[in-house]
Amino acid sequence: MIVQKSPYPYWFVMPAAVVFSVLFLAPTLASLWFSLTRWDLFSAQFIGLENYRQFLREPFLIQGLINTVIYAFATSATKSVFGLLLAVLLTSGIWAQGFLRAVIFFPVLVSTIGVGITFSVLMHPTNGVINVALSAIGIPGPGWLTDPALALYSIILVDFWKGLGLATLIYIAGLASISPDYYEAARIDGATRTQMFFRVTVPLVRPATVTVVTLSLIGGLRSFDLIWAMTRGGPGFSSDVLASVIYKQYQAGFYGLSTAGNVILFLLIGLIILPMTAWFNRKEVDL
Amino acid sequence: MTRRQFYTGVISLAVAGVIFILPFVFVLLTAVKTKQDAALLTFSWPVEWHFLDNLTEVLRTRNYMLLLAYFNSTVITVCSVTLLVLFGAMVGYVLQRRPSGWNKVIYAFVLAGLMIPPAVVPTIWILQSVGLFKTLTGMVFIQVAYGLAFSVLLFRSFIATIPRDLDEAAIIDGAKPWQIFFRVILPLLKPVTVTVIVVQSISIFNDFTNPLYYLPGRENVTVQLTLYNFQGQFQTQFNLLFMNILLVTIPPLIVFVFFNRQIVAGMTAGAVKG
Repeated sequence: MIVQKSPYPYWFVMPAAVVFSVLFLAPTLASLWFSLTRWDLFSAQFIGLENYRQFLREPFLIQGLINTVIYAFATSATKSVFGLLLAVLLTSGIWAQGFLRAVIFFPVLVSTIGVGITFSVLMHPTNGVINVALSAIGIPGPGWLTDPALALYSIILVDFWKGLGLATLIYIAGLASISPDYYEAARIDGATRTQMFFRVTVPLVRPATVTVVTLSLIGGLRSFDLIWAMTRGGPGFSSDVLASVIYKQYQAGFYGLSTAGNVILFLLIGLIILPMTAWFNRKEVDL
Repeated sequence: MTRRQFYTGVISLAVAGVIFILPFVFVLLTAVKTKQDAALLTFSWPVEWHFLDNLTEVLRTRNYMLLLAYFNSTVITVCSVTLLVLFGAMVGYVLQRRPSGWNKVIYAFVLAGLMIPPAVVPTIWILQSVGLFKTLTGMVFIQVAYGLAFSVLLFRSFIATIPRDLDEAAIIDGAKPWQIFFRVILPLLKPVTVTVIVVQSISIFNDFTNPLYYLPGRENVTVQLTLYNFQGQFQTQFNLLFMNILLVTIPPLIVFVFFNRQIVAGMTAGAVKG
């Protein structure tokens, strides 16, 4: 028997596999061990679950955990709802449609740090453009980034501003794949515009919804740079999220604790995304 | 176009203009103001235009740090995108052409790569032990490791559209595996390659978090790190800070104007069930 060599050799995969294993898989596996230690990069002392216990005991660390979940769900929900509405608007043949798509999409490509700095200036409590404009029409503007109860939501608003274009774009691609026959049939049956939206568009644009929700949830759970550019997690710890806590613990030299934060973030993403994906796949619609 | 579509368009454009365009106009106007004028933070026409003064002053800051940053960012972006195209195409090719038990494993890793947040401190530990911490080379490999999953997915689905007959013809002609890939397949991947190049370049050029962790130190600054450092230094010189923001915003704007279609293709991959 002649063993024929495949024309698709596995060594093609090797260079990528080496880089990915050494710089991504190995650190991920190592993090499980180092999160159980007190660690200074040279020697690691096993301390069991002490880092995790500390994470769940310190009020500001728990605050970070809660903020992460709020941030991810708020950005994901707003982006998917408004993304779909905008996509419907921008495929309805209105004037300057192409230009509008470009305008809404451009912030996606811009530096997050640049956006963060710009908006922290626009949101300045007394001199910022937003509050000056609000007071001109008689509304006292809030301390967007200085009020601890509001800071996180102001950053969420900016994240929404920056990411809406991507959600819209994905929905536009999704809408384009729906056959016009469905709308034609619905129209003959006498469906109203609202009925068509909820009975035809929403169910059939589902693959796009899955993409938007999944991408923005993962992005939201991991988000760091916008928050870091705008508030550094402040005032106090009011806008800290897991990723900023991880960075702060790293800066302070608590490498074990920082790594435990990483593992918690990893588990949180898994606990939210995996059941959701399973649920999305089960409820597949057949039309 | 009906009257209704026209007026809806006009209103939408007005609203989008205020929400999405005015912030960029604000950046532009503040960037050309004098120091005193910019410190007022107002949305107003500059009293005097100081475009060139501000530009040269920003470039000269900290011994031409911004020029060094542009150099470093360009090197990192070009090198890592080159590797991402090569590695992504090779993996996507084998993955699509050779179904086997390994494919499930590779897919699991691809999904893990898209989902799992990198474990930063252990990564630093590994980079240190192989002597790549705080080096541009290390940064390039990090970007490759983190961007690989996305590249593989895009290449795999594009390669599925290339008929196997081409491979077979090359095999009959006696081509070796690497010849089939580099001479026959790779040239046909141009559309998806452009998409990967554009999308990955933007995300690597704009990356802040990874250089912050893996590339500390003055001589290694990247464009985004410089902007972040200037935020502290230019507390009272908003004109210079915004000139810097303007400079960071221009490269993506140029790419956007020329590669709009490829960006859209890359970023909406997966929206349609396929």
